[in-house]
Amino acid sequence: MSCYKGKYADELIANATYIGTPGKGILAADESTGTIGKRLSSINVENTESNRRALRELLFCTPGAMQYLSGVILFEETLYQKTAAGKLFVDVMKEAKVLPGIKVDKGTVELPGTNGETTTQGLDGLGARCAQYYSAGARFAKWRAVLKIGPNEPSQLAINENAYGLARYAMICQENGLVPIVEPEILVDGPHDINKCADVTERVLAACYKALNDHHVLLEGTLLKPNMVTPGSDSKKVAPEVVAEYTVRALQRTMPSAVPAVVFLSGGQSEEEATVNLNAMNQYKGKKPWSLSFSFGRALQQSTLKAWAGKDENVKKAQEAFLARCKANSEATLGKYQGGGSLSEGASESLHVKDYKY
Amino acid sequence: MTPTTFRVVPHTTIVFIYKSPTLPADSPRKQLAILLVITNPLPHSPFQISLSSTNFFLHTHRKSRFESPMASASFVKLNASSSPWIGQRSFNQRPGSSSRLPATRVSVVRAGSYSEELVKTAKTIASPGRGILAIDESNATCGKRLASIGLDNTEANRQAYRQLLLTTPGLGQYISGSILFEETLYQSTTDGKKMVDCLREQNIVPGIKVDKGLVPLPGSNNESWCQGLDGLASRSAEYYSQGARFAKWRTVVSVPCGPSALAVKEAAWGLARYAAISQDNGLVPIVEPEILLDGDHPIERTLEVAERVWSEVFYYLAENNVMFEGILLKPSMVTPGADHKEKASPETVAKYTLTMLKRRVPPAVPGIMFLSGGQSEMEATLNLHAMNQSPNPWHVSFSYARALQNSVLKTWQGQPENVEAGQKALLSRAKANSLAQLGKYSADGESEDAKKGMFVKGYTY
Repeated sequence: MSCYKGKYADELIANATYIGTPGKGILAADESTGTIGKRLSSINVENTESNRRALRELLFCTPGAMQYLSGVILFEETLYQKTAAGKLFVDVMKEAKVLPGIKVDKGTVELPGTNGETTTQGLDGLGARCAQYYSAGARFAKWRAVLKIGPNEPSQLAINENAYGLARYAMICQENGLVPIVEPEILVDGPHDINKCADVTERVLAACYKALNDHHVLLEGTLLKPNMVTPGSDSKKVAPEVVAEYTVRALQRTMPSAVPAVVFLSGGQSEEEATVNLNAMNQYKGKKPWSLSFSFGRALQQSTLKAWAGKDENVKKAQEAFLARCKANSEATLGKYQGGGSLSEGASESLHVKDYKY
Repeated sequence: MTPTTFRVVPHTTIVFIYKSPTLPADSPRKQLAILLVITNPLPHSPFQISLSSTNFFLHTHRKSRFESPMASASFVKLNASSSPWIGQRSFNQRPGSSSRLPATRVSVVRAGSYSEELVKTAKTIASPGRGILAIDESNATCGKRLASIGLDNTEANRQAYRQLLLTTPGLGQYISGSILFEETLYQSTTDGKKMVDCLREQNIVPGIKVDKGLVPLPGSNNESWCQGLDGLASRSAEYYSQGARFAKWRTVVSVPCGPSALAVKEAAWGLARYAAISQDNGLVPIVEPEILLDGDHPIERTLEVAERVWSEVFYYLAENNVMFEGILLKPSMVTPGADHKEKASPETVAKYTLTMLKRRVPPAVPGIMFLSGGQSEMEATLNLHAMNQSPNPWHVSFSYARALQNSVLKTWQGQPENVEAGQKALLSRAKANSLAQLGKYSADGESEDAKKGMFVKGYTY
């Protein structure tokens, strides 16, 4: 068998293609309980299930926002949660033609013998969990592998180990009807320039696709969630056109055109930065046989959180902020974002946290 | 007289001949000639030499590995007012991958000094409506072709045959590149014109076969591997100065023999090393892992093997830091084995082949030039046409040998009076494949000969 041809093959291909629909992208709302706690505490809100539910309802029920989204990634808890009126979140999404997704990895652990490099856990019992998530309504999954750039990093061990984990995860997902989002995030931390980031990104992606191919993953039923190719966080910034050129070129060199779409992570860029870069990529003239879209977490939610501050009377204002970002990124996938405009508070605030741990 | 100064840039050798005035009648020699050879091996510093005699003539200057493609350029005459640069580029250009000058180019890892030229050459070969004429048969293999029409395998006959092909008027409309065997690269026509010049005039890029053939792979399941890495760098540099701008290396994989993991790994690694060396010496590498037609396997099995082989090939190419914008591929189409009970329609071949390419070939690769591998002339054209019915991320075209030459040989029969007819036959096949590349070919009016299969079991080049 050259690649997965099981009972979900057609569905996987259709769902992966749908997620890459021009004008749409993914909202990453899969923060673990611990991580969402950090977000909530930044606006002085207590980390209770009720507050977590309220935040997610605010987002998913924003009038007019869902048309700009093709998928939402959820944390396990949220997959089973309901609106205040008693409707399952997954049903809200289904009606709005938004595919529910689910984070399935169990976080990173350090690789012994390396300089703080990590691998991602979560393969044990993954098949059974995926089957369960599928019956609960999930149609795609996400697994975040993390690599960093340093004088000797990423090491070949870290690259191989993370690529292997992604490939095993991808195959197990496909066997259980979930489109795997393959996410090899190369952290932006460091003083390196954009050339170094390009070199590392190309090497990592080449290794990932080699592993996916060795594991017989059906590429047409996957998505890639890479970092954009940028200078390091401690290095001078470059124009969006440069980010676009380097990023598209890295993909041209590594990503087969069988993969229908790329959904970029924002990785600590500000809301505006991430949108402007995505826009530049969709305006860039060059071979782009895949869709270029977004899968943003912080870069979609930051100003919304600030506007909400946990207060009921702020919900409408917060939803307006969220809608604005969704619309902006939707336009960016079409290369039509005009930029700037009336930015909400926090839209141009950098969201970079050094050595970010989910 | 005022000395004339020459500035000799890095990595350049310059040769002067001193010819004395005619010596007195009673001297043993008529004229004295001295060869003065000056080399600048320094990576960064040019130097100057001054000559104070009109009797020194610049004989040649030769760029070594790193500089611009002017190696076969003009002689420069001594005269008082000129102070020419030897080497047309400023010495600020990055002389090679070991340079410590700051990288000016965007693609640091995969840059060599030929990067731009490689990209341009690859794009030229991958131009719409055009493909490659492969005439790189070794002398032995060319002998088989000549024998099939009753001719002896002599250099004169090989010259006559290649001359017929390469002087075909209008060939450059449909052909963008031609792969030559070493003998042909250094040959001239019977009129004394260099074969490479015949090609250049038609805007056809000359290419050169650089591998040294297949030999048995020890420890494998009766499989082969391709030789040719030893001395490849200097051979490639030589071919470049002779006018070649792309190279070809053909390795094979056998489906009935497995293929074994060893054979696939060796094929892919050899190709990757060859590709890196070629680029370093200014030649666009054509990457050719031919999955042989031999066998009775179904098309699904061919797809599996092709996906495995190309996955390995691209991974090793990446490891060897090959620049994908400056390579071309020469894959076999994905078809059932020759002995399989069902033949596949062109639409099926196109579907499976494009699926394979989309799953394995990064869009950065500019062109995919298919080999015909024993298909009939018409089959090869029809399959190519089927693959070009909708836009592809890369130029999808042909690099045919037998599928372009078969009718030509039969028409020529070695007779001088048939040369024009032979050339017409070549042009007709080239045009058919050009139309196929544009997705506009029609099979009406094809001859019976064009439909004849050319599969030879266990075919060795």
